[in-house]
Amino acid sequence: MLDPIYIVYYLIFPGFLFTAVAGLLTTWVDRKVSARVQWRVGPPWFQPFADMIKLLGKEVIVPVGARRTGFLLWPVVGLAAATLASMILWLSNLWPGTSFVGDTIVVIYIMTIPAISMILGASASSNPLGIVGASREMKLLFAYELPLVIAVLTTIYKVGSFSFQAVLAHQAQEGVMLGSVSGVIAFIVAIFCTQAKLNLLPFDIPEAETELAGGSHIEYSGAALAVVKLNMAIMFFVMPVFLITVFWGGIAFTGWHILTSILKYVAIVVILVLIKNTNPRVRIDQAVRFFWGPMFILSVAAMVLAVLGY
Amino acid sequence: MSLTLKALKKSPWIFHVNTGACNNCDIEILDCLTPRFDVERFGAVLVGSIRHADVLLISGPVTKICLPRLKRLYEQAPKPIKVIAIGACGCKCGIFRDGYNIVGPMDKYIPVDAYILGCPPKPETIISGIVKVLSTL
Repeated sequence: MLDPIYIVYYLIFPGFLFTAVAGLLTTWVDRKVSARVQWRVGPPWFQPFADMIKLLGKEVIVPVGARRTGFLLWPVVGLAAATLASMILWLSNLWPGTSFVGDTIVVIYIMTIPAISMILGASASSNPLGIVGASREMKLLFAYELPLVIAVLTTIYKVGSFSFQAVLAHQAQEGVMLGSVSGVIAFIVAIFCTQAKLNLLPFDIPEAETELAGGSHIEYSGAALAVVKLNMAIMFFVMPVFLITVFWGGIAFTGWHILTSILKYVAIVVILVLIKNTNPRVRIDQAVRFFWGPMFILSVAAMVLAVLGY
Repeated sequence: MSLTLKALKKSPWIFHVNTGACNNCDIEILDCLTPRFDVERFGAVLVGSIRHADVLLISGPVTKICLPRLKRLYEQAPKPIKVIAIGACGCKCGIFRDGYNIVGPMDKYIPVDAYILGCPPKPETIISGIVKVLSTL
């Protein structure tokens, strides 16, 4: 029987409200750092919140040829999935007792749902550019999932368990995964996969503002666009937390750890934003070749090193 | 004033339409996004899709070929939307007013909220025009 406290968890603290606010602040960090890299001033801190409130007041247009239900429903499904992934991650970081066997697999699985919801939503929009974006998103999903899962498996092999509780306890006792050679290699692979998962440059092929005019979310407007943007913001928040949990000792809100946790988080976000700002967009075939070639080989090398005990 | 309108003032997303201009106004519009002027300070970003737009920046005298597209773009935009005519051509067809393929300034076909004069207008003028339009909300 589900404890009713989980409704509070899902809607307020580690769930929707907290994740949405933190995710929107993360997108502000993204925009501000990008602006500073380009020698601009950048937007004020409340900018993503103003964007969200403005979008809620705009008209929602459903294109003539679109499937109304699917078009409007899929972003909400993606949002729910992203929130759920965030809730599981934060609960197992803050209260390790809530972790359950196999929750790493559950989180990896749930984190693909926002991408799938974007594919289905764009396919329902009846816009040719949206459908091109959806097909690219699908290819990209196939490309990055394989190295990402193998990179996470190196940690799981070392720990010998599929639960976040064991992963965190192992790192607390024997040092973080980033302290070993295989951990560093797996972390590098995971950073690139995150870049693709968040549709940041050089892997923003499904959105491609300058080429597909927004791609997979081209037809969304008003509140539906707000849900799509929130979805992306929450994923931008969840993925760094996932990387910290798996490779960098997790997040704790006790004493000194508050500062180090926030610093770890901001460091990963800034790495992602710097990669985004210093690379041009690649073609979809180049992206697939990159993930199935060098990244796959690197992740397998990390796995072999982990088996050998490095 | 409602909260959503207040938020709209803080984040006007711009969509840029060229209806047959000589491209000079478009260069000046892009100048607004460069480090010197940086309109993202005020939350304005250039968006790729008309469905995301709050402000339409339209340059150029309207040519025959562009007219149906211009009308359609205006209908596709989610309301509330503000329309700004950029440059001498956008306001009064400029030096192209006697052209055989020109069907007139755009305010004959769609409601225009502001006119920004100049050939081309300076980026400062464009920013001041956007600010004035948003202050009428």
